[in-house]
Amino acid sequence: MNILAPFIPAIPLAGAAVLLLTGPRWRDRSAGWLASAAVAVAFGLAVTVFGTLVSRPVTLRLSHVSLFEWIGVGSFRVDIAFRVDPLSTVMALTVTGVGAMIHLYAVDYMRGDPRYARFFAYMNLFVFFMLVLVLADNYLLLYVGWEGVGLCSYLLIGFWFERKTAADAAKKAFVTTRIGDSALLIGLIFMWSRFGSLDFDRVLPHAHALANGTATVMAMLLFAGAVGKSAQLPLHVWLPDAMEGPTPVSALIHAATMVTAGVYLVVRSHQIFEASGVALTIVAVVGLVTAIYAGLSAIGQDDIKRMLAYSTISQLGFMFFGAGMGAYSAAIFLLVAHAFFKAVLFLGAGSVMHALPDEETDMTRMGGLRRAMPLTAVTWVVGWLAMAGIPPLSGFFAKDQVVAAASQAGRIGLWYAALFGALLTALYETRGTFLTFFGEPRHRGHPHDPPSLMRTALVSLAVGAALAGVLGLSATSGLLPKFLTPVVGPTKEAVAGPSELVLSIISVAVALVGILTAWLVYLSGRIDWMALRVRFASAKRTFQRGFYVNDFYSGAIVGPAKLAAAFVAYVVDRRVVDGTLTGIGRLVSSSAGAARRAQTGLVRTYAVGILLGATAVLGYLVVRS
Amino acid sequence: MMLAQAAPAPVHHFPWLTVVTFAPLAGAVVAAVLPSSALNLHRLWALLVTLITLGLALATLSAYSSGAAGFQLVDRAVWVKSLNFNYILGVDGISLFMVLLTAFLMPAAILVSWRIERQAKYYLIAFLVLESAMIGSFLALDLLLFFLFFEALLFPMYLIIGGWGSERRVYAAVKFFLFTMAGSAFLLVAILFLYFRAGSQLGHSTFDFTELQRLSLPIATARWLFLAFFVAFAVKVPLFPLHTWLPDAHTEAPTAGSLILAAVLLKIGAYGLIRFNLGLFPEASLHFRSFVSILALIGIVYGAVVALIQTDIKRLVAYSSVSHLGFVVLGTFAFTVQGLSGGVLQMVNHGLSTGALFLLVGMLYERTHTRDLGQMGGLALTMPVLAGVFLFVALSSIGLPGLNGFVGEFLVLLGTFVVTKVYAVIAVTAVVLAAVYMLWAYQRAMHGALSVPDHGLLPDLNLREYAILVPIMAGILFIGVFPKPLLSKIEPAVRQTLVCVSPAQSQMVVTSCPRVTGSPAFDIARRP
Repeated sequence: MNILAPFIPAIPLAGAAVLLLTGPRWRDRSAGWLASAAVAVAFGLAVTVFGTLVSRPVTLRLSHVSLFEWIGVGSFRVDIAFRVDPLSTVMALTVTGVGAMIHLYAVDYMRGDPRYARFFAYMNLFVFFMLVLVLADNYLLLYVGWEGVGLCSYLLIGFWFERKTAADAAKKAFVTTRIGDSALLIGLIFMWSRFGSLDFDRVLPHAHALANGTATVMAMLLFAGAVGKSAQLPLHVWLPDAMEGPTPVSALIHAATMVTAGVYLVVRSHQIFEASGVALTIVAVVGLVTAIYAGLSAIGQDDIKRMLAYSTISQLGFMFFGAGMGAYSAAIFLLVAHAFFKAVLFLGAGSVMHALPDEETDMTRMGGLRRAMPLTAVTWVVGWLAMAGIPPLSGFFAKDQVVAAASQAGRIGLWYAALFGALLTALYETRGTFLTFFGEPRHRGHPHDPPSLMRTALVSLAVGAALAGVLGLSATSGLLPKFLTPVVGPTKEAVAGPSELVLSIISVAVALVGILTAWLVYLSGRIDWMALRVRFASAKRTFQRGFYVNDFYSGAIVGPAKLAAAFVAYVVDRRVVDGTLTGIGRLVSSSAGAARRAQTGLVRTYAVGILLGATAVLGYLVVRS
Repeated sequence: MMLAQAAPAPVHHFPWLTVVTFAPLAGAVVAAVLPSSALNLHRLWALLVTLITLGLALATLSAYSSGAAGFQLVDRAVWVKSLNFNYILGVDGISLFMVLLTAFLMPAAILVSWRIERQAKYYLIAFLVLESAMIGSFLALDLLLFFLFFEALLFPMYLIIGGWGSERRVYAAVKFFLFTMAGSAFLLVAILFLYFRAGSQLGHSTFDFTELQRLSLPIATARWLFLAFFVAFAVKVPLFPLHTWLPDAHTEAPTAGSLILAAVLLKIGAYGLIRFNLGLFPEASLHFRSFVSILALIGIVYGAVVALIQTDIKRLVAYSSVSHLGFVVLGTFAFTVQGLSGGVLQMVNHGLSTGALFLLVGMLYERTHTRDLGQMGGLALTMPVLAGVFLFVALSSIGLPGLNGFVGEFLVLLGTFVVTKVYAVIAVTAVVLAAVYMLWAYQRAMHGALSVPDHGLLPDLNLREYAILVPIMAGILFIGVFPKPLLSKIEPAVRQTLVCVSPAQSQMVVTSCPRVTGSPAFDIARRP
C-alpha cells in the first residue's frame, strides 16, 4: 500500500492544476467542491496508508517510495522519494484532515469572489506542497515543499492583491521566510558535504558521530529555516500581517500548513540537534521567549485575527520549547491539537467577520455575540478552553506535557517561565473570548450563524479539538507517543520534580488563574476595562505593536537598505564604475584624434580600424608563409 | 574511467553542425532577394527558417551520443592550406545545449517582432545572420573561426539595437559595440600569439583548439594570455565592473534584441570562459580562481542590490542578469563537477527565464507604452494570464524549487561550498535579494489598484503570445522537475573540461594538458 503515498500529494496537485488551467469555467461553488474533494481523497489515502502502517509490527513501520532521480551530478544524488513512517503519516493526516475541513468551510465563505476557482487552486497547491514537505524522504525534497508553502502563502495572503496592504503582507511573508530558507539551504549543503547524502536514512542515523561544533552549526542553520517558516523571534513579523489574506487562508497557514513545518523539521532532525549539546537548549529558549513575547503581544491586540496570529506565534513557541526539552512527541501532540483548536478559532473568527458589517475584526466593537451566533460561540468556546488548557480538552494534555517536560528534566527556571507563558495563553485567549462573545453587544448589524457547510466544518473541528486529547493521555504511554517512538525515541523518563499528577494540577491552576483574571477585568463588571486601556495606554500600545520589533526593522533595516541600494545604483554604478569606463574610452578615442566626431562616426571609424588591422595581420600571415 | 580525448570523429557522417550553423544564413540570403514590401512573407519566412533550424538542432541532439566525453559530430575542412586555417566545428554536452537554447528561442524572437514594420526585411535578416553567428560561436573549435563568428555577432546586434531600439538607442548601441570591440582586441592578439607559438613549438602554426591545448607555455605568458581571453569574455558575460553597457543595451534594444542579448549573447561570454580559458590555460585558471570568483561574487550581490531600486523594469531585469551570470561564473570557477554543471545548466536556465522576462516586459510595453513601474500597477486585474505567466517566470528566475532556476543555483552553491564555504554563504544572500526585487517589481506592475484607468481596457495575451510563452514555460517546468536529460549530457563534458584544471574532480585519465614552464613573473592573485 506504500505505493499510495505519492498519490497523497499528487491528488491536491491535480486539483490545483485543473482549477488553474480551467479557471473561470467552473460554475458557482463547483470549484470549491472539487478542491475539497481532492483534499478529502488525499485524507482518505492518508488514512489507508496509516492503517497499513499500524497493521505492521513496530519495527517495520517505515517504507520508501522512490519515483525517479531528480538531480544527479557526480556524487550528488537526490531522488523524488516519499517516506511513510509514523511521523510523516501523523503530519499527513493532520494536514489533510484539518485542511479538508478548512476547504469545506471556504466553499461557502468565498462564495461570490470573482477569483473563486483560483482561490481553491492555490489552496490545493498549498496542501500539495505541505504534503511534499512532510512526506519527503530527503531534505532537498522537503525543501521543495518548504519553499512551495512559502509561495502559496504569498499567493493566498496577497489573494486580494488590489489592496496594497495585502500585496505588501504577501511579499513580506515570502521575503521574511526566505531569509530563514536561505540559511536552511546552506545548512543542507553543509549537511551533504558531511554525509554525502541528503536522505534522512543516510544522515540522521550517523548524526551522533558529528563533532559538537559541526552539529551545532548544522542544527542552527536548520533552525534558522524553522524560525522563519514558523514565525519565531526574530523572524516572526510576517505572521501578524498575514491576516490580510481571506480568513480560511489564515486558518490553513496557522493550523494545517506552513507554520508547523519548522516544528516538524526540528523533530525530524532531532538527532542532529542532540549531537550538538547546546542546539536543543537554544531551540527551547527561543521557543519560550517567543511564547512569552507573543503572549504579551496578544493581550494588546484588538483585532481578532491579529490576536489569533500572535497566539499562533506563542503556541509555536511552546512547540519549539517542547522539542527543545527533548519532548518530541509532546511537541507533535501539541502541533496536532493546535491544528484543531486554532482552525476552530480562525474559522470562528471568520464566521464572526462574515456576520458583521464590513468584515469587522475589531473586538472592541463586538461583544455578546453568543446570543446571535450560538453555534459559532459554542465551537469557539471549545477552542478557547482547549487552548487555555482546561481538561479534558486536547490542549490541556498537549500543553501540560510540554510544560511538564521542563520540570521533569530538572530545569526549574524554564519551567516557571513556561508556566508564565501558559498563564498568558489563558489570559489573552479568555480576553478575546469575552470581548467577542460575552458581555454587552457593542456591534452593529444583525449577526447570525454561518450557513450549513461552514457550521459542519466548525463542529467537526471543534469535536477534534475536544477529543484529540485521547491521542496522548499520558506522555509516556499515550497512543501518539508510542506510535511516534520509532522516529523520535521513547519519551524521556522524569529525572526530577513533582509527579505528573501534581504537574497537571499546577497547569490547570495556572490556566484557571489566567481565565479568572480575564473574567475579573473583562466580564465581571467590577473593572472598567475601557478606562484601564486609557490609563495604561503606553503599555497597551507597546503590546499591540509587538514591542515595536516591526517598527524597528522598517526603521533600522529597510529604510537604510533602500538608501544604500540607491547609493550603489546611482552613485557607484552610474558615476564611479560607468563613469570610469566611459572615461577611459573617451581618453583613448581623444588621443586617437577622434574626439570631435559624432558617436556613430566613431563606431564606423573604429570598425574600419579593426577591419583594416585584421586584414593587415592576415596579410602579414599570408606573406610570411 | 573515460578517455580524456575522444577518438578522431568519424569522417563520414552527415554534417549536422555545418547545416545547423548555416541554415539561418542561407535563409537570410533567400530573404535578401524577396521584395521588401512583402512584410508577411518575410515574417513567415524568418519564422520558418528559425523553426527549421530548431528542427536541425533537435536532429543534432538525437545524433549526439549521450554519456560520451569529447567532441562529437566534428566537421573538419581545410580552409587556407598554406596557413593551416581550418574549418572545425564540434559539439560537446556544453555547446549542445547552448545551440539548442539559441535555436529554441529564435522562433520566439521572430514571433515577438511580428508587429515591427519599419525596414522589417532588414531587421529579420539581421536576426537570421545573428543566429548563424551565435550557433557558429558555440560550435567553432578553431580559434580563428571562433573569432570570426564572435565578431560577426556584433554587427547584426549593433544594427538591431541602433536601428530598432527606443529613444537612446544610438548611445546604447555604440556603447555595446565599443565595450565588446575593446574586449575582442585583446582576444585577437592572444589568439594570434597562440597561433605563432604553435608554429615554433608544434612545427606548424595552427588555430585548432585541441592542438593548442598541447602547447606548453611559460607560466607568466599563460597567465597574460588568460587575462586577454578573460577580458574579452568578461565584457560579454558581463562581469563586474565591465557590466555597465548591459543595462543601456537591454533598455534600448527592441524586445527580441533584449531576448537574444540576454538569453544567448551573454552566454557566449560564459561559454568562452569555460571552453577557452579553462581549456587552454588550466594553470592560470587555478591561479586566478579567487580573483574571478570574487568578481563573480561582487556581481552577484551588486547586481541584486542595484536591481532593488530600479524603476525601469527592463533595467531591473538587466541588473538581475548581472547577478545571475555571476552565479554561472562562480560555479565555473569552483572547478567542481557540481559547480560547473550547475553553471552550464544555469546558462540554459537564465536564457529561458530572463529571456521570458524580457518577452513579457515587451508585451507589457506594447500595451502600456511604458517601462516605468510607477506607470503600471494593478495590471493583474486586466491581464490575469499575463500576470500569472510573469509570476511563474519570475519565480523560476528567483530559484523556486520545482522550476529550472533552483536546480542550477543549488548545484552552483553546492559545488562552490565544498571548495570555499564563504563564497557560497555570500552568494546565497542573492537568493533573498532576488525575491525582494522580483516580487517588488511584480507588485508594482501587477498588484494594487489600476494606476492608469485606461489600462483597464488592455487585452490579455493573444494566441501569438501564447505560442511564444508556452514552450518556454514548459521548458522551465521540465528542467525544474526532470533535469536529468540535460545533466546527464552536461556532466561528461564538464568532466572533460575539468580534466586539466581539477583532475580529481574530473575522474578522467589525463592524456595531454597545456603545460606551463618556469616560475611566475607576476602574481596578481594568490593561488587558492
